Amino acid sequence: MVPLSHILTLSVILFTLGAAGFVLRRNIITIFMCIELMLNAVNLAFIGFSRHLGNLDGQIFVFFVIVVAASEAAVGLAIIIALYRNRDSLNIDDLDSMKL
Amino acid sequence: MATFSDTTFFLIATVVKVVVVLVVLLTVVAYAVWLERKVVARIQSRWGPYRVGPHGLLQPVADGLKIFLKEDIVPHDVDRFVYWLAPFLAFTLAFFSIAVIPFGESITIGGREIFFQITDLPIGLLFIFAVTSLGVYGIVLAGWASNSKYPLFGGLRSSAQMISYELSLGLGVVGVLMICGTLSLRGIVEAQRGVWNIFLQPVGFLVYFMSAIAETNRLPFDLPEGETELVGGFHTEYSSLKFAMFFMAEYANIVTVSCLATLLFFGGWLGPVFGPPVLRAVLPLFWFALKVLIFLFVYIWIRGTLPRFRYDQLMAFGWKFLLPVALLNILATSFIIAWWSS
Amino acid sequence: MVPLFYLFALLAVIAALSVVLQRTPVYSALSLIVVLCALAVIYLLLGAEFMAAIQVIVYAGAIMVLFVLVIMLLNAGREKPSERSRLAHWLGVPLVAIFLIEVLAVVWRQFPPGSPSYAAPLDAGPAAIGTLLFRNYVLPFEVTSILILVAVMGAVVLAKKQL
Repeated sequence: MVPLSHILTLSVILFTLGAAGFVLRRNIITIFMCIELMLNAVNLAFIGFSRHLGNLDGQIFVFFVIVVAASEAAVGLAIIIALYRNRDSLNIDDLDSMKL
Repeated sequence: MATFSDTTFFLIATVVKVVVVLVVLLTVVAYAVWLERKVVARIQSRWGPYRVGPHGLLQPVADGLKIFLKEDIVPHDVDRFVYWLAPFLAFTLAFFSIAVIPFGESITIGGREIFFQITDLPIGLLFIFAVTSLGVYGIVLAGWASNSKYPLFGGLRSSAQMISYELSLGLGVVGVLMICGTLSLRGIVEAQRGVWNIFLQPVGFLVYFMSAIAETNRLPFDLPEGETELVGGFHTEYSSLKFAMFFMAEYANIVTVSCLATLLFFGGWLGPVFGPPVLRAVLPLFWFALKVLIFLFVYIWIRGTLPRFRYDQLMAFGWKFLLPVALLNILATSFIIAWWSS
Repeated sequence: MVPLFYLFALLAVIAALSVVLQRTPVYSALSLIVVLCALAVIYLLLGAEFMAAIQVIVYAGAIMVLFVLVIMLLNAGREKPSERSRLAHWLGVPLVAIFLIEVLAVVWRQFPPGSPSYAAPLDAGPAAIGTLLFRNYVLPFEVTSILILVAVMGAVVLAKKQL
């Protein structure tokens, strides 16, 4: 049986990597992927807790997180496509003003 | 045999099963190509492979040798890592699904029962869907890595087609799951001992079969790799061994989908069984193989007969016809089950 | 069984590093797929078999396909290094390390690394999850279906060439 602290440590490491990528990267799609990485780290924590507390509710949470991540990815990528069409750049340094 | 411990016996049995299944699958894939060429030829009033061995039976051997010895042409500007990864991914994923497919009942050797299945996962059907979902990557990455117009279009169209038809593929099967009550493939076949699912779920079968043809990129849904449309589609820039891997992956997918169709709708290995214990163990294998071969023949028959769909017709068919029909099938099945059990 | 967890945990961390550090978006996407599959195996090891299958089918097999398709459609090339603040460039990695140590300290105070853990095996098959989902959580389930509908409509409208 894997100790809960080890699962949580892995979850924290993945979350930190995701947060670091989110802040430090410039390409907007990579930033979006780091968001997905953070969501997955949280999913892992939920499943770890579900296993150790013997409660299935954690896995239902993961189910809803996956569903919401899917809708968020769809809308987010559509926004990125629309942005690219207007600004012609995927670098967020170029996307820093509301005016075209 | 009684001196072996349970774990050693299990390990040896599993290794033997894996080796046997892989060898058989590779042979079936090679001879499915032969079958296709022969059947399509006969449909088109010509002979097909005839000279290499009796009735061209050694043609797959000759083809295999040719593919291995051909020159491997790699275009200059490809993304090397992804270019190499794509066929490898397609090939390995195509051979994963066979791990959960049951071929027959069981055989008792040395007092221990061996099932004709590499492993019986409680979520066997979901495992196959998972592997199918990942199979899209082989195609889309091949299209992108080739760094050329036609493969990119072919790859994008093909992956869009595959993920669209995955939905109806899964939903067409939900009716069967409601009737059989389990996701384990062995359990689904066992639940068909009374009556085969094809009689209980005809609409589900049609939805599943049409989605399966679209999933495996076969005619009439093979626009992404049709020669007259997109040169070769996603595998235009591939040659020799890598092309052969795509080819084998496609036929392995067809075999997997045919096996699934027999398991889910046609009772798997169920059929008349008689005689001594050895015959009792082997006959279910024979029935399973027969049903899968019939499906392969129907696949090839459809390929030789029907023209190709246009891409917008293809996508409209998947989203506007098959998906609603699958959903209505689920609705109707659940109503009937609820009414029957009250 | 347990050493497998550490093996796949290591794989997940290496792939996550690759996601964050790769300059080409396609390689980041491929690394993210590796992370997702490694996590799916870890879920399997923790007894959540249905969630592992859902993770591969939905997350790795559909959401990431969407990412890869958009990357290819927009032809996202190698990322150029940012010309902005030099200070942020040098402070970045140490701050990340400090953040990591902070969060780990908080977690380890509550769940010390050496503490034993007991838990009975859990039935996490599709039937159990389905029962829970359609009895206790049926309202969130229906709400998420409306959410997905709205998301689909929004995505179609946003990505259209002409409204």
